[in-house]
Amino acid sequence: MDANGYRLVAENLTKRYFGAVALVDVSLTIRAGGIHGLLGENGAGKSTLLKIISGVHRPDSGRVLWEGQPVEIWSPRAAGALGIAMIHQELNLVQDLSVAENVFIRREPTTRLGLIDWSALRRMTRELLDRAGIDLDPRALVRELSIAEQQMVEIARALSTNARLLIMDEPTSSLPERESNRLLELMTTLGKSGISILFVTHRMAEALAVCDRFTVLRDGRLAGVAARAEVSAERLISMMAGREANVLYKRSSKSHTIGAVRLAVEDIRTHPIRGRRGAQVRGVSLSVHAGEILGLAGLVGAGRSELARAIFGADRRVSGRILLDGEPVDIRTPRDAMRLGVVLAPEDRKRQSLFPNLGVRANFAMAALDRFSRFAWMQKGTEARELDRFRLALRIRMSGADQPARRLSGGNQQKVILARWLVRKPKVLIVDEPTRGVDVAAKSEVHTLLDQLAAEGVAVIVISSELPELMSIADRIVTLREGVVTGETPGPEATSEGLMTLMTLGA
Amino acid sequence: MTAMSVPGDDASQPSRRRTRALLAKLAPLGFLFALVVAFSLLNPNFLDPDNLFNVMRQVSITGLIALGMTFVILTGGIDLSVGSILALAGITAAIVAKGGTAGSLSLDEGAQAGAPWYAALATALAVGALCGGAQGIAITRLKVPPFVATLGGLSAFRGLTLWVSGAAPISGFDPSVLWWGQGTIGPVPAPVILFLVAAVVCHVILSQTRYGRQIYAVGGNQEAAHLVGIANDRIVVSVYVIVGALAGLAGFILMGRLNTAEAIAGNGYELTVIAAVVIGGTSLFGGSGSVAGTMIGAVLIGVMVNGLVLMNVSSYIQQVIVGLMIVAAVAFDRFVASLRE
Repeated sequence: MDANGYRLVAENLTKRYFGAVALVDVSLTIRAGGIHGLLGENGAGKSTLLKIISGVHRPDSGRVLWEGQPVEIWSPRAAGALGIAMIHQELNLVQDLSVAENVFIRREPTTRLGLIDWSALRRMTRELLDRAGIDLDPRALVRELSIAEQQMVEIARALSTNARLLIMDEPTSSLPERESNRLLELMTTLGKSGISILFVTHRMAEALAVCDRFTVLRDGRLAGVAARAEVSAERLISMMAGREANVLYKRSSKSHTIGAVRLAVEDIRTHPIRGRRGAQVRGVSLSVHAGEILGLAGLVGAGRSELARAIFGADRRVSGRILLDGEPVDIRTPRDAMRLGVVLAPEDRKRQSLFPNLGVRANFAMAALDRFSRFAWMQKGTEARELDRFRLALRIRMSGADQPARRLSGGNQQKVILARWLVRKPKVLIVDEPTRGVDVAAKSEVHTLLDQLAAEGVAVIVISSELPELMSIADRIVTLREGVVTGETPGPEATSEGLMTLMTLGA
Repeated sequence: MTAMSVPGDDASQPSRRRTRALLAKLAPLGFLFALVVAFSLLNPNFLDPDNLFNVMRQVSITGLIALGMTFVILTGGIDLSVGSILALAGITAAIVAKGGTAGSLSLDEGAQAGAPWYAALATALAVGALCGGAQGIAITRLKVPPFVATLGGLSAFRGLTLWVSGAAPISGFDPSVLWWGQGTIGPVPAPVILFLVAAVVCHVILSQTRYGRQIYAVGGNQEAAHLVGIANDRIVVSVYVIVGALAGLAGFILMGRLNTAEAIAGNGYELTVIAAVVIGGTSLFGGSGSVAGTMIGAVLIGVMVNGLVLMNVSSYIQQVIVGLMIVAAVAFDRFVASLRE
C-alpha cells in the first residue's frame, strides 16, 4: 500500500495492436480493500486494461505502481508473484479433482516420502475457506459444484497465493440471480477484509450495489472516475455512452421504402448452451419488413447471436413460431432456412464461416452448391463468373480465385462471406457483427452494401456491438437484455444513452 | 516508396510462400523418384518389367483402400478397420462363390458350382459398404470418435470373419473369380487397371463434384459446413461406406490373386493404407489433400517394400521403416503447416 492508501496505480497506459489503438492514456487507481467497478461498452478497452494489469500484455507507454513501487508486470506469473490474480471467465479448474486439490494444485503439502499429505491438504484448505468465509467442503469434487462455487474455488486458490488484488471479469454474467448474489456477498466480505477487487460487469444494478468506486472507459479512453456516493445509474450510462456519439457512418440513401412484414418470429426460446456463458433466448418476438434494416443491440450474453442462430435453424429451439410473408414456416436446420431464403452470416468468421484452406472460389460457392452444379457436377465456369461479378461489385481484393481464404485480409474475407450469401438472393439476410475485425474502408463498404440490399427489398437484420454503427444504418433498433426484448427505438431517434439504458437496465 | 514501407513485406513473401508450398507438394514425388533411382542402381532386377508389374499389383490392393481412406481422412476421420473389412468381405464372397455354408466348404479344394463371379463381387462390395456404414452411424449418431469406432470395428469384423469361416481358409475358385486377381488386360495386371480406374473416378469425384466439395467443407470447418446447410452426418457416413466398399473390392481381388480367402487376410493393412494417404500429403486434421497425393504415397510404399525385399532386408525391418515413414510424413506435414503461418 502506498502513502495514499492505493494498492495499484496505473498511469497513462497506452496500447496499440498492429496500429489500431486499444487504450489511450488511461489511468486507474485501486484502493487497498474494496471493490472497484470497471465499466464500459464492448470494445471500450476494458479487456486490454485487464490484460495489462494481469501481465498478459505490456503497455506501449505508461507505468504501473504496485503498493507504492514502480513495477514491470512481464507475465501473468509476475503478476501472481506481486499478488495480482485474475479470476478467469473460463474457469481454470481441474473438474475431476477436489476443491482442496484445486486450491493447492502444484503446491500440495507432502509427507517425508514425497507423497501428498492429504490430511494437511484438507486442513489447510479448511482454514483458508473459513478465513475467507467460503462455505465449501474441501473434499467436494469441482465437477459437482455450481459455477458460482467454482469461481469461489478460484478465489480461494488466489487467496492461498497471498493475492491482494483480484481481477474479476464479468464473473456474474453466466449466473442465475441467487448464485450471483452469493458470489457478490463473498466479494463484499473480501473487500471489507482488505482484499482489493477489480470488478467488470455489465449489470448496472449489481455494480451499484457492491462497488465503492468506478472507472468508466469509452473508446479506449478514460470517460470518468467516480465514487459510489457521487453516481447514479443514469450518470454511469451517460459516461459509458458519451454525450453525443460521433456519427461515423451516414446512410447513403434513406430513400428506400419499407414494405410489408417479411419475417416475424414469436416467442423464440432456446436451450442454454454450455460454454456460451449462459446466453439464452427467453421468449423473443420481433418482425422485420421488406426493405428494412433492423438493428439488434445488446451486451455480451444478451442472446443476440443465439436468437439469430435459432431463427436460422442452427440451434434447436425450445419454442417459437417463425412466419415468412405471413405464412408459418418450419425451420429446423440451416438447409430449411436457406431453402426459404433466410440466411445468416455468423459472428465468428474464422470459426463459423471460413474454410481456411479452400480457395476463395470454393468458399464463395459453398452456400449455393446446388446452384453452381448440374447433376452433381460443379460448374466451375459459372462459379468463376459469379465470383468475378461479386469481386467487382464488392471490391474484393484477392490474388486469384484459388487463393486460400485464410490469406485474405479480414475485410476481404467478410466480403467473400457476404457474397456467399448474396449469391443466393436471400429474402431475409441476418448479419452478425458484419464489421468486426474489418478495416475502416471495408466497414463503410459493408454498410453501403447493406443499405443497397435493403433498397432492393431485402429484409436485413444487423447484429452489432457498436452502437454508432447501428444508429447510423438501422431503420429500427431492438434492444435485448438477458434474452428478452427490452425496447424498440426508431433509428433516427436512437441515442447511445437511450440504447445503453435499455441494454443494461431495461426489463 | 516512403519511409512507411516495410521491406520484403508485400511482394516477396507470397511468392516465397508459394515456392515453399510447391516444394512441399512435390516432396513425396521427389522422394519416390530418388527411391526408384537408388533401387535401380543397387539392384538391376528392380527395373525389370515383371518386377514393376509385381510392385504395382501389390500396390493396387492397398492403393484401392487408400483411395477410400483419402475421403475419410479428408473429413477429419480415420478408419482402422479396413483390414478386417477386407477379410470379412473376402470370406463372405468366397462362401457365395462356392455356393454353400461355411462349415461344409472350409476344406474343400475343388471348384464347386456356386454363384457366378458377379454375385460374389456384389457380396464383397455390399458387406464392405455395410460394415463402413455401421461405423459411420456409430460415429455420427452415437458420437463415438472415429478412432474408437473403427478400432472396435477392427476387432469385431475380424472376429466375425473367424467365426463365419471357422478360421479355415476357403480356396479353389472359378477362373472368372481368379481373373480379378491374376488376369491381365494386354500386359497390364487386372488389379492395376482397376486401381487406376478407381483412382480416376475418385479424383473426379473430389475435384469436380458437389459431393467432393462437401467432403472438403466438412473436413475444413465442420461448424461452417453446418452453417452453409451441408448435412455433415450424411457426408461422414458416406465416406465410411466408400472406404468399406473399396476394402470389400480389395478383399475380392486378393481372394482372386491368392485363390484363397482366409480369415487373417489384410491383417495390418490399415497401417500401410493410412501411411499411403498421409505420405501423399493429406492432412490428418482434414480439409486438405488429394487423390494424386495418395497414389504417390501408395506407390512410394510399394517401391520401398519391394526394393527392400530385393536387397534381402528382413521383413521385420521393413515394418520398422514403414512405421518411421508415417511419423516422418506427419512431422513433415506439420512442418509445412508451420511455414504457412
